[in-house]
Amino acid sequence: MNEVTPLLECRDVSKTFVSGTFRKRYNLALDKTSLTIADSPPAITAIAGESGSGKTTLARVLLGLLPPTSGQVIYKGQDIAEMSRSEFRDFRREVQVIFQDPFESYNPFYKVDHVLETPIRKYGLAKNKTEAKELIIDALETVGLRPSETLGRYPHQLSGGQRQRIMVARAVMLRPKIIVADEPVSMVDASLRATILETLRTLNDEFGISILYITHDLTTAYQVAENIIVLYKGTVAEAGDVEKVINSPTHPYTRLLVDSIPQPDPDLQWGSDSSVSRLTGGLSGHGCVFYDRCPIRQDRCDETPPSLYQPDKYRVTSCYAYEDSGVFDSPRLTDAFIPASEIAPIQG
Amino acid sequence: MTTTKDVPLRVENLEVHYHTRKGPVKAVDGVSFELQKGERLGLVGESGSGKSTIALSLMVAHKEPAKIEGGKIFLNGTDMLTLNDNEVRRKRLSEIAMVPQGALNSLNPVMRVKDQMIDGLKAHGVSKSQDEFADFIAELLTRVGLDVAVAEMYPHELSGGMKQRVTIALSISMNPSVIIADEPTSALDVVVQRQIVQTLREAQDRIGAATILIGHDMGLMAQFATRIGIMYAGRLVEIGPTKEIFNNPKHPYTQMLISSLPNTRGKRRLSGIPGITPSLLNPPPGCVFHTRCPQATERCMIEIPKLVAEENGHSWACHLYTEAKSEEEVTA
Repeated sequence: MNEVTPLLECRDVSKTFVSGTFRKRYNLALDKTSLTIADSPPAITAIAGESGSGKTTLARVLLGLLPPTSGQVIYKGQDIAEMSRSEFRDFRREVQVIFQDPFESYNPFYKVDHVLETPIRKYGLAKNKTEAKELIIDALETVGLRPSETLGRYPHQLSGGQRQRIMVARAVMLRPKIIVADEPVSMVDASLRATILETLRTLNDEFGISILYITHDLTTAYQVAENIIVLYKGTVAEAGDVEKVINSPTHPYTRLLVDSIPQPDPDLQWGSDSSVSRLTGGLSGHGCVFYDRCPIRQDRCDETPPSLYQPDKYRVTSCYAYEDSGVFDSPRLTDAFIPASEIAPIQG
Repeated sequence: MTTTKDVPLRVENLEVHYHTRKGPVKAVDGVSFELQKGERLGLVGESGSGKSTIALSLMVAHKEPAKIEGGKIFLNGTDMLTLNDNEVRRKRLSEIAMVPQGALNSLNPVMRVKDQMIDGLKAHGVSKSQDEFADFIAELLTRVGLDVAVAEMYPHELSGGMKQRVTIALSISMNPSVIIADEPTSALDVVVQRQIVQTLREAQDRIGAATILIGHDMGLMAQFATRIGIMYAGRLVEIGPTKEIFNNPKHPYTQMLISSLPNTRGKRRLSGIPGITPSLLNPPPGCVFHTRCPQATERCMIEIPKLVAEENGHSWACHLYTEAKSEEEVTA
């Protein structure tokens, strides 16, 4: 097992959304999810899944924006629900977030300088104006923006990519331990996407910030992350070394996702549609959450959900097809993650 | 030049401006291309490149403050811009149909799918008995992979992907010769996206309709299109067969776009295209891309490069290649 110090951890977190006034409907967004984010070495972990898989709920629970229905979120050994005001303030500073929409994160009446000045004031990061200015310029340059082209402007005068990078700069200024990035590039043009993703890598490499990259896009997840967690209906379908999970998926759901990636290569065409027609009735509701869509389902899958099995050293999968490889018995998913020391450096 | 029978759509020098208080914004600036019968053209560009404006203009469905300032749009030989509103309406759906971006919002929430499909067909002059309509709609729904029971449902009972299939069913209902799909999968998950694009492909192939897929996802284009046109700041800067665009891109913008695409075959350093798209209110003189182009010369800052046809049906608008050649404006 690799040496990990959990920095942020969620233990058996479930989140149920209740809707309806007279006839209550319960929607289980997260089902006993456990996850750890290590402090050292800092890593980039991707959380992938379709809409409704629970990935944004998980992010919001980890950020303390949404209380879990059951389970705990623990930061540096302390349950965030039991933190004092000043402890929670530190948590808020050290765990930063970048949201999907670089348009809605701004107040259109303020110049963009405002989003950078506010955290400086709030957390007393600078002694005087000159120091504050230096801090801002430094942060903008870190994310590849020219201060002369960004400061003093209003949000609508900047492109989506620039606005998103200012959000990254704001997060960086606070020297956080963790950045939770929820679909940071899905609303950014293709030519700028690569720049923002490369910035995330830089933050991880040079500033030692752990990053949780939440996305529905397996291609960018593959590029930035070392490890990936594939969620389906609030449970972990497959997790581990991104190279293994994406390029030789084991879980039928991961396989379906990978097969659906539109590869930017005319020689790699999609096969014909392999999706199985969904079962709509007769489900016990106790078994595997993917049962109704699974092309290799067996009767037992509808009875008891599979545990996590470990077909490779750095990969776990929640499918009976890999039962023979043995149950993954650690409570920490990160024990099946490939450590940075075993990853070949990026070429080119 | 081929006959109009094989060229359902020919666009010549299309100019569309948005009239704002600060002056005209040249959203589409002299775009020309043509579609062969049954072919699939991908029109790619970033936000603000003019691709959606083209889509609306082709349907003559653009709204104020947009105005078509020049050019011709030949649909099966007739210039759409010379027709009156009634004549244009008759062409829509029967000759040129659209699959909209937000299928989620384009269906009436208080009408059954069947009723709104019948409404649409009647509005475009189809008359059938109730039974014939029912059979026809059942057939259309089956063709896009939906259960016939969907006809009796309301839009809120359908998933996003199912709604988009309904709009595809509508678009093919009158066997149009051109279908325009404007980012039909932008709000959908990757698995559903693939199903929708494959459905669209089967549907257009079956009726032999030439299709334009508009979007920014080069991956989808590689999967769907037989030919790709690259838009930048209102101009068509390169157009050619899909394999040529991916394997042999000529315009520096296309080259940088292709090389910035992430894939899942080995990790590498990611690099985007530095700089930002120019304001279309005051576009730079010369080539619109010169402000971001690493290979720009003095000529690029003065003279607008023309789209020139080269070998293999591949055209591009870039001075880097035209020094020795005689310039000859063409439609792709």
